This record gives sequence, C-alpha cells and structure tokens, in this order.
Amino acid sequence: MSSLSARGIHAWFGKHHALEDISLDFAPGTVTALIGPSGCGKSTFIRTLNRMHEFIPSAAMAGEVLLDGKDVYAPGTDVTKIRLQIGMVFQKPNPFPSMTIGENVLSGLKLAQLKVDNKDDLLEECLERAGLWKEVKDRLGAHGGSLSGGQQQRLCIARALAVKPQVLLMDEPCSALDPGSTLRIEETIRHLSESMTIVIVTHNMQQAARVSDHTAFFLSDGGPGHMVEFAPTNEIFSRPKDKRTEDYVTGRFG
Amino acid sequence: MLSMTTAPAPREITTQPRRSDRIFRRVVTAGGLSSLVILSLITIFLAYRGFEVLRQEGLRFITSSQWSITTDDAGNVVESHFGLAAMLVGTILCAFIAVVIALPISVASALFLNFYSPQWLKKFLVAVIDMMAAFPSILFGIWGFLVLMPSAEYWAKILNHHLGFIPVLKIAPYVVTRSPFVAGVVLAIMIIPIITSVSREVFSQTPLDRIQAAYALGATRWGMIKAVVLPYGRSGVIGGAMLGLGRAMGETVAVFTVLNIVFQVNWHILLGAGGNVASLIILKFGEASPYEIKALMAAGLVLFILTLMVNAIADLIVKKTGKSGR
Amino acid sequence: MSTVQPTRPWVATTADRVRDGLIFVVSIAISYGLVAATPLKGKLAYFFTFFAILTLANGLNGFLRYGFAAAKDAAIKTLVGVGALLTVMPIASILATVISKGYKGIKPNLFTQDMSLATPTDPLNNGGILHAISGTLILVFLSLIMSVPLGILTALYLTEIKGRFSKPIKFLVQAMSGVPSIVAGLFILSAVLYPITKGYSGFMGALALTILMIPTVARTSEEVLNLIPQDLREAGTALGGTQWRTVAMIVLPAARSGLITAMILGVARIAGETAPLLLLTGGGDKVNGNPFHDPIGSLPYYIWKSFNAGSEEAITRAWAGLLVLVVLILILFTTARFLSTRKVSR
Repeated sequence: MSSLSARGIHAWFGKHHALEDISLDFAPGTVTALIGPSGCGKSTFIRTLNRMHEFIPSAAMAGEVLLDGKDVYAPGTDVTKIRLQIGMVFQKPNPFPSMTIGENVLSGLKLAQLKVDNKDDLLEECLERAGLWKEVKDRLGAHGGSLSGGQQQRLCIARALAVKPQVLLMDEPCSALDPGSTLRIEETIRHLSESMTIVIVTHNMQQAARVSDHTAFFLSDGGPGHMVEFAPTNEIFSRPKDKRTEDYVTGRFG
Repeated sequence: MLSMTTAPAPREITTQPRRSDRIFRRVVTAGGLSSLVILSLITIFLAYRGFEVLRQEGLRFITSSQWSITTDDAGNVVESHFGLAAMLVGTILCAFIAVVIALPISVASALFLNFYSPQWLKKFLVAVIDMMAAFPSILFGIWGFLVLMPSAEYWAKILNHHLGFIPVLKIAPYVVTRSPFVAGVVLAIMIIPIITSVSREVFSQTPLDRIQAAYALGATRWGMIKAVVLPYGRSGVIGGAMLGLGRAMGETVAVFTVLNIVFQVNWHILLGAGGNVASLIILKFGEASPYEIKALMAAGLVLFILTLMVNAIADLIVKKTGKSGR
Repeated sequence: MSTVQPTRPWVATTADRVRDGLIFVVSIAISYGLVAATPLKGKLAYFFTFFAILTLANGLNGFLRYGFAAAKDAAIKTLVGVGALLTVMPIASILATVISKGYKGIKPNLFTQDMSLATPTDPLNNGGILHAISGTLILVFLSLIMSVPLGILTALYLTEIKGRFSKPIKFLVQAMSGVPSIVAGLFILSAVLYPITKGYSGFMGALALTILMIPTVARTSEEVLNLIPQDLREAGTALGGTQWRTVAMIVLPAARSGLITAMILGVARIAGETAPLLLLTGGGDKVNGNPFHDPIGSLPYYIWKSFNAGSEEAITRAWAGLLVLVVLILILFTTARFLSTRKVSR
C-alpha cells in the first residue's frame, strides 16, 4: 500500500483562488472523509490529487502531491501512470455506454494498454470486491446502462479497481443514490479499505462518521477554501477543537 | 382503502384562442408548410415535364448510356435515345471518391478542434472552415481547374504507377486530365467543411463525465477518444458523411468545370472520362430542343430523388446519435 | 505569510518545447535528405515524407519517455494536426490565388462600365462588371424579401407553434437544404418560365435562389429562436399578452440580431450560386434595372462567361470577378459573425 500526502496545496480557477494551503497525510489502509459545505473546495482538492484539476482550462495550482514520496506534479511525470495508481469514482455513475458490463470493468486495461493473464479472474475479483458479482454474473454481456443507479456506481468502483490502484478517490459517490444503495457502497468502502487508501468527499455527515477513520473539515468563509480541522473521525464528531467544526457537525449551519 | 374511493373524472381544459391568435397560428403554419409545398411542386413539375421522355424510354432511361437526338429540318424529332447510366455512375463515383478522401481528413480536423487545439486557434479555424462552407461552387471549380488539377494529375499518375494493377486505377488509353478522380478531389475539398462541422458538433456533445472517467482510469488522450468519443459520435459522423455525399452528388458548376463528360460508363477513376447528371443538364441545356429539354427535366427528377434519398438517410442516422448510448 | 504563486505544472516546460522544436527541425532535415536521396520528388513528396517522419519521431519520443501508449498518443496527435492542416490548406490556396490573380483585373473601369460594348477577350481597360454587380444586388434583394418571411415563419412554426407537423417540417427543411441548385433552376424553368413568363429575367433567377435560401434562413432562425429563454415567453403570456403579441413584441425583438445573422448567412449561401442563373437569367451584358423583363447579368454569370471565353484577358476577368465575389462573401460573413458574438455576450 502506498502513502499519499498533500503539501501546501493551493488551487485557482483563473483569478479565483479556490483552495488555500491544504496539507494532509493519508495513511495507508485508511479511509479519510472530507466534509464541509458546498463550494468549500473539497472536490477541487481531491481532483488535484490525481491531476484531474488540470482539465479546466483556466486552472492553476501550487504545492506538492507526494505518492510514495514522489511528487506527481514533477516535470517529466507520466500523468496517465499517476491516474492508474490513484483511481477515482465520480458523483454520478458514468459507465461507458457503448460497452457491456464486463467490458466496462476491464476498460481501464484497454485504455492504458495493460496486459493481464487471466481476464475472467480479474473480472470476477473486481466485481466481487465492489459487491456486484452476485447480481451481474449471469449478464456480463448486458449493457452497463441496464443496471440501476446503485449498481452502476458499484460497476464504476469495479472498473476503477481493475487497474489495481493504490489509492481510490471518491467524489460524493452516493449523492445520486437512494439510501439502500448508499449502504451497500459504504459496506464496499469498508471492505476496500483493508487493501487500499481511500479518500472520500461527502456531504453526508453520518456517512463520514460511518465509513471513515479520519475526517477533515473544509470551509470557505467568502475567501478561498481552507482546512479548519483534521482529526480522527470520532474526535471530530464528539469533541471538535474548533467552534466552526462543532457548529457544522451539529448542524447549526451548512 | 384508497382504491375504494372513486377518482373524480378528469376535467377537460380547453383554451379558446383569441381571433388574433388563431390568425397568427394559421399564418405561421401556412409559412411552415412552404417547404412541403415547394418540394411537392418540384416533384410534380419535373415529373410532369419529363413524363413523355420517361414513358418513351422506360427503364432504359437509367440503364442505357446513349444520349442522342436527331431532328429533321422542320425541327421534328426523328429519333432519340436518352439514357443516364453513364451520368448516374459518374455522379455516384465522383461523390464517393469525394467522401472517401474527405471523411478521414474531416474527422481528424474535428478531433483536432475539439480535443487538441488551443482555444484561440480553435476559434479562428472554426470561423475559417465555416466561411469555406459558404464559398461559391464556381470558385472551387475555377480554382480546381487552374490550380489543383496539375497536382491532382501528378497524384493520379503516382497512384496509377504504383497501384495500377487494381482494376479501378487502370488508365487506358492514357488520358489523366479531367478524370473522376480530379473531380472527386475538388468535391472533397468542398464537402470537408460540411463533414467537419457536423463531426465537431457531435464530438462536442460527448458527455463530459464519460471523458473524465476515461482519463481517471489512466487513459491517454487517444485512448479516451477511442473508448468514449468515437463510439459516441460514430453515427453522427456517418450522417455527416452522407450529407456531404448528397451535396457532392448535386454539385453542378464545380464538377462541370473539371470533369470530362463522356457518355460511356467508366469505372476507371483515373481515366479522363466521367459523367455527372447535373453537369449533363448544363452541358446540353444551351442547344437543347424542346423535346431534349424534357429529357433534361427527367434527368433533374432522377437527381432530385437521388439526393432526397441520401439526405433522408443522413437525417435518420444523425438523429440516432446519442440515443444509443445514454 | 509569504504569498504563493499559482503554477501550471501540466503545461509544457521550456525543455519540452525545445525538445518538440528539435524533433520538428530534425524531421525537416531527415525528410529533405530522404527526398534528395531517393527518386521521390516534388512539393508533395516533401510534404508527405515530412509528416510521416514527424509522426514517427513524435511517436518515438513518446515511446522513449513514457512507453507504448504514449507513443501511439503522440503519433495520433501529429496525424490529427495534419488533418486540420489539410482542411485549411485549400482555403489558404484559394484565397491566395484569388487575390494574386484577381487584383490584376481590378481597374477603375471595372466598377463604372458594363460589358455591352466589350467582349471578355478585350483588353482589361475596356468593359466592367457594373451590370453584374447591380444584377447580383437585385437578385439578392428579391430573394431576400421572398425567402426571409417564409424562412422565419417556418422557424416560428417549429419553435412557437410546435404543431403536429413539426417533425416532418424539420425533416423537409433539412431535405430542402440538400436540393441541388440545378434542380431548383429546372423547377422554376418548368413551373414558371416556360408556362408563364416565357423569357429570361432576374425574377426567375431570384425565385430559384429563394428555394435555396429558405432552408438556411429557417434553420439559423430556428436555432436563434430556441436560444430565447422560455421564461420570456411565459412572462409575456402571464402578463395577459396573446401569443401573437408575445411573439411580435417580445420574442422576435429579442432575437433580432440573430435573425439578421440568419439573413446574412442566407445571402452568403446564394450570392455566388451559379447553376440556376445559367438556366434562368439569360445573363445580359448591360445594366438592367428591371428584374421582371429581359436578361439580367450577375457576378457568377459574368465569371462563368469570362472563364469559358478562355483567353488570358478573359480568365483575368474571371479572377477579378471572383475576387469581388469573395470580398462580398467575406464582408457578409464577418458581419454575421460579429452580430452573433454580440448576441451571445449580451
């Protein structure tokens, strides 16, 4: 398992300073939840971790993201390899529409032109870990779009797992799902954390409390988003050090 | 229980538009139907004028290649043969060559504009390409004849020299000037802007979340395009190519300028002998007798129906884009 | 607290740019050597050798740095760029040719005389295109006043009435935009010229051009009207306006500059249209201000006639005519673009 740390991350969109000086260590094999009101820069932050931030034309950043001690923004880095090691699951399930369930899971191998000895085993393993195998094993040839929203999201998790990432970033993975599917995904997250590092952005504080080991609270008070507090999850929810964190987790604002 | 209560009968909502609105709606509807009226009138009038020739020639009108008319001194028709086969083959051949050349170039430039080009360059190129689509065909024709033809002939000779063993690339007798290939190249240049804009349009509609999903899986730009953009845009691109095909088949002046019209079916694309229904009409119109004019009307009808069919297929295919993959 | 400067580490560094530049230069050198050493010759040989080598070199660079997938990506990037270049090259060539050959024919008398006392093969200081310019203006004006109402009504039907014919009409407009211009010409010939007027005139040409212009106006107008927010219409209706008043006083004024763009694009579409004019207008050589009687000249007809006359003077005349036509279309197009960007920014 790899360690991931962010050192003094800033992010800009054009002139707009969106994120200020975030430093965070993600310990191997843990789940870190990022919470905070909308617009506080949580999503921007995790998108800097796997270099998805740079797809916005006006984007800029500062700071370092260290994966196993190496800066992912160092000149001469192959960005596709970084994204292979740091997988991502998005807010809305986004299986590739033209591919079947099986092809979707293995699409990462094709995209990155990786060779694998036994595709069927990998397929089963990934779907199993994503908690979807039992539901789809008889219809791997069906189109991804034929699944329910929750199943599609687990398909996307399986797809991210197939390229064997060290770290998995999840950007509000349950916000488009019903409570039942949300629970299934949370179970999946707990299972996965045994073998990888997970960073999850969530609006749902109960979810953060249920799945994470550490929680970081982000806030933007008009200016750029910054991190107010980072601590073990039970501390954040039982005895936060900062007044603003307390206000937020007790539901007084946000 | 809920199901026991009788649901109230739905009330009907009626609107009685005011008189001004009724008139407005009628006028707009009438104007909206103008396209239907015009297209029907075109069919009716061309069929009516061409009917005599179509009846006399029957199926030979599209299967034979002979086009001749003999009149006596008083101007009465003694003997006439009207067959469009060579022209139809030529029309389809030239248009097909044009699409084969234009399609890969258009798709490449559409991909460049959407996924590779810097913003300022994209804006400029889009303006230039859109403007090119508005250039008149006579400009392409004269430019094609005076500027492009010499180089096109040079390419034709190279093609023939190295690939002459392929039947369609044979040149016998050795005449390379004004061949269907040259006409096809000119037409290709004319339809590249059309196919490029349609492709650019469908590529730009690719859902952003799928693009990001591919990148997040470690895809290179090309990997992303192959996995997401091309499957998504495929039917749109094919539809765009059909639109280009339709435009190429109906093109008149540009083809007439560069093509050597010969009344004989010719499949050898590098040989300087071809046909084109629209060019035939321009070629024969000047000295045509009233009876031959009727034959030209019938030829126009055939061309009209041909382009209508191609456009209908294009429309169907373009509409399918995006429906398949959401 | 020290201020942190925004950086963009993903943008190519100077080293990257130098490397790309070197690859470019080396590719030029290699292709030059290759063309010199082999029996290949000509501009085309340079062009293709260069791009083949550039593609390979970029691919190799990608391979050495990041591996196979990157190699493919770099090679495709080059190929796609070549595609874009091939798309733009003809435009550059066409514009360059028209300007370089056409300016020789631009003489003062070109704009003050017609061809009634000159033939295309005469020296260039005799005769001009006054008849052609005036004829084209008349033709365009007539087509404009016939096609704009029909085109905009069609667009209004599709966006405001949305009646049961919407789908077929959308299809028919699309089909109409594919009608070959020669067919439009034949249709007017068979339906109006032979049975009714029995003589060439500008009006006949304008009728054919109208058929070609309607779909352009209708489709552009439809796009523009679709951009007008629905709340604007609802606001109008909620204030008690009838649909007719809402459309006339709110929707159409809001879309005004877009509709002007639609008209201009329509004019650009037909200004250079040649084939139907050859059948219908007769192409007179002297200025004719009456579009309903007698042949009328037009720029495309003049270009066509001069080009077919074949002598050096005549061909220069054709290029000069093309230059005037292209400048006209460029002006129309730039105006349309200017108006449409203004509409977006507002």
